[in-house]
Amino acid sequence: MKSRREFIKTSALGLGGFALAGGAGMALRTAFNQGTPGSAGLTPDLTRTPTYCEVCFWKCAGWVYKDSDGKLWKITGNSNDPLCNGRLCPRGTGGTGMYYDQDRLKKPLMRTVENGRQTYREASWEEALDFIAARLKEITAEHGPECAALFTHGSGGDYFSTLMQAMGSTSVAAPSYAQCRGAREVAFIATYGQGVDSPEITDIRDTRCLVLIGSHLGENMHNSQVQEMSDALAKGATIITVDPRFSVVAGKSRYWLPIKPATDLALLLAWINVLIEEDLYDKEYVERHTYGFEQLRAHVKDMTPEWAYGITTIEPNTIRRTAREMAAAAPATLVHPGRFVVWYGDDTQRSRAVAILNALLGSWGRRGGFYMPDRMQVPSYPRPPFPEPARTWREAFPDRFPLADLALASGICEASIPDTSRECNFKAWIVNGCNLLMTLPNRKQTIEALQSLELVVVVDTMPAEITGWADVVLPECTYLERYDFLRNSPGRHPTIALRAPATEPLYDTRPAYWMAKEIAVRMGLGEYFAWESIEELLDWQLKQLGTSLEEMMHTGVKNYPRNFDDLYFDEVRDIGFFTNTGKIELWSTSMSAAGFDPIPVYTAHEEPPRGYYRLNFGRAPVHTFARTINNPNLADLMDENDLWVNPVVAKMWGLNTGDYIRLRNQDGIESTFSIRVRVTERIRWDSVYMVHGFGHKDPRLSRAYGRGACDTELISRVHTDPVMGGTGMRGNFVTFILDAAGKEAQS
Amino acid sequence: MRYAMVIDTDKCVGCSDCVVACQTENKVPVGYARDWVVEVTKGTYPHLQMELRSERCNQCENAPCVRCCPTGSSHYSAGGIVLVKPRRCIGCGACITSCPYDARFPHPKGYVDKCTFCDHRIKEGNKPACVEVCPTRCMYFGNIDDPASEVSRLLRQRRYKTLIPEAGTKPHLYFLT
Repeated sequence: MKSRREFIKTSALGLGGFALAGGAGMALRTAFNQGTPGSAGLTPDLTRTPTYCEVCFWKCAGWVYKDSDGKLWKITGNSNDPLCNGRLCPRGTGGTGMYYDQDRLKKPLMRTVENGRQTYREASWEEALDFIAARLKEITAEHGPECAALFTHGSGGDYFSTLMQAMGSTSVAAPSYAQCRGAREVAFIATYGQGVDSPEITDIRDTRCLVLIGSHLGENMHNSQVQEMSDALAKGATIITVDPRFSVVAGKSRYWLPIKPATDLALLLAWINVLIEEDLYDKEYVERHTYGFEQLRAHVKDMTPEWAYGITTIEPNTIRRTAREMAAAAPATLVHPGRFVVWYGDDTQRSRAVAILNALLGSWGRRGGFYMPDRMQVPSYPRPPFPEPARTWREAFPDRFPLADLALASGICEASIPDTSRECNFKAWIVNGCNLLMTLPNRKQTIEALQSLELVVVVDTMPAEITGWADVVLPECTYLERYDFLRNSPGRHPTIALRAPATEPLYDTRPAYWMAKEIAVRMGLGEYFAWESIEELLDWQLKQLGTSLEEMMHTGVKNYPRNFDDLYFDEVRDIGFFTNTGKIELWSTSMSAAGFDPIPVYTAHEEPPRGYYRLNFGRAPVHTFARTINNPNLADLMDENDLWVNPVVAKMWGLNTGDYIRLRNQDGIESTFSIRVRVTERIRWDSVYMVHGFGHKDPRLSRAYGRGACDTELISRVHTDPVMGGTGMRGNFVTFILDAAGKEAQS
Repeated sequence: MRYAMVIDTDKCVGCSDCVVACQTENKVPVGYARDWVVEVTKGTYPHLQMELRSERCNQCENAPCVRCCPTGSSHYSAGGIVLVKPRRCIGCGACITSCPYDARFPHPKGYVDKCTFCDHRIKEGNKPACVEVCPTRCMYFGNIDDPASEVSRLLRQRRYKTLIPEAGTKPHLYFLT
């Protein structure tokens, strides 16, 4: 009889747990033979080791320095790297904190029952890996390999994805899709036949007019984008920022449009209306490259600035003036597609409007708009073809989200809750580098899924809410202690970067590539990981890319010329787009075929009830999601979040800056911990704002536990995008609980 | 020769990278900082203005901290950089009180600490860690006595201010506005 999986708050380490004899891992089938550069015989006295950052997804290349005592000292940017130009952001600069964090996962942990209570005990790698392989074999034999799923964010995804596909499952989901940028990708693919990718192909460096709608660039430290924005500002570019909050970049903008939340699509349609009605669009470009202009003209005919004024509260003159500014700078005008775009459930349509606006300005494929990316073809190490899966991730949500082109983390989560109407439920999860409790909205559903599964394996460097739900926790070493596959980012020209270990792993931690290979070998799938060591694999790849592991240890980054001279569109030759019509589709044939509006239609969204305020959330430059809050260096700068409240609202409620209050959302869900009030003019009176990622509930995170409030637990209402399954999270409303009960957690 | 730092508040996004870079470069213990970021917002919604400033020791030409130091620990070094000799410092805190910019703090090892303009890096021909790391390139460092230097050029071409000039300290941290 299987007992229901419980969340384990504290580990029972040291309380009679399985004590390890020395020599852990000695009996493993393949030796863990990664060495630091010195021991690998490469360059014995290297004072700095190349890496690329893993604190966020930008993956800036840098150098790790040790001090005279041989201890990790600092990380600086690699000046040859186009993603950072020698300058890391605060998170990357503070990356050593990941290594020094004493709360790290230190040993493999296995769920056990002690005195009738579920707890963890320490285990050897041998035992943990044997257990995982055996359970995966049993579960996939009984339910089919498609019942296994991987959730991933970061470098480890490559290896566990190979393991999944070798087993016969394609269910590899990254929350960065349905919980972040997926709607944007789908919208741009529908329009241009090509996504915006990551890092985005935005030509901010040369833009003369940058339009940010719901993007708080500068507070999100997408490194090269922030650098280029600063360059563009210095060159006199106009910035137009649309945000209900006076963001940092709003303070640097010629125009700040303090829009009423949830009405952005009306503004975008009105801008399109002005460009067409005032004859400001790029006629030659539209004629040559686009499909459906006449339908678009008819569609937006009545969507005047006056119409939008009543919806957005932005004055018609401002709408007209900003549209004219965009047209005057075109085609070097960039309406930024944003990154976190899952807001209200019609996000693919809103992103489509952004794509259409750019097409009218002629900015796609033009200097100062969007450039065409290039990247290296990195050879894959020889392996057998993956087995053909009987079912794919699509069958987790049949007939829904027709335009989703990647697996939905939220969809797989939902399909893990047993339901007789479904042919197959997910039974086993591997979770690498993403704390799903803080990432997926609707926490109740996530917990229900976790309790229903037969196996949960978590691979991470830090304990967090998700590790409390695992059957087995595998402690990964940090990026500073391991090799990884080459970084191969799209950009203005191809570029690769190497990550090498600057030091031996602390504690009994291992790299993810080693874990995935060990599990594969135990499952009889070793041929998919045929390389002897990762050094061998990297050197084999690098030799074919005209360099070597040894050379890359000294350079860290290698840049290549473009394969073709096609950074921007050729003004003479015709351009083919990967859409059904071969044109930029203003009127989308794929949206229409799937039963959706071929041109975006504005629909009103729910407004906060009396006494409630829309919960807006965003980023701070010193933190990445919820994963860096416990980093000692970064927690030193920001160890809790504030609730931004407009002074008018604060007066009504008697709130002062520094007060601690708790929040209750429209469904009666209360924040576990209290949050400090910041009374500021920088926020509208109809909404409140907090930085995402705080309010951790896992006491093993000594600096993050109980600090600030968690937005995710207050996002119980999800507005799902019918086009691609994005989880719209900005339709939640909160009110204030003023009793002092919550204050205890702070003291 | 006089070192100065010029900071463009139009470019600064207040990310605090300067703070982290200083802390790691100089091994400043967690919980302490030699530099910090100030945000000043004026006006009422939606008519607002914001200024972001990366602040640190102003390396004053007429430094109250040097004048009041009873042991001579606080002193002027090459290029006008105000430094502390930790072994001479008795931790009395007079300098902390005298500084109008609140730029000094008691280091847990018992002496008073502050920004050094990364003099150890300058000696090797590098820039201070904060200047070198800044993603927006909003900070400039150089010899203000040299009219050809970037800092001199910026101060000729742009509008700027110093902090608390009325204190008469002759600070050498300049903010372009």
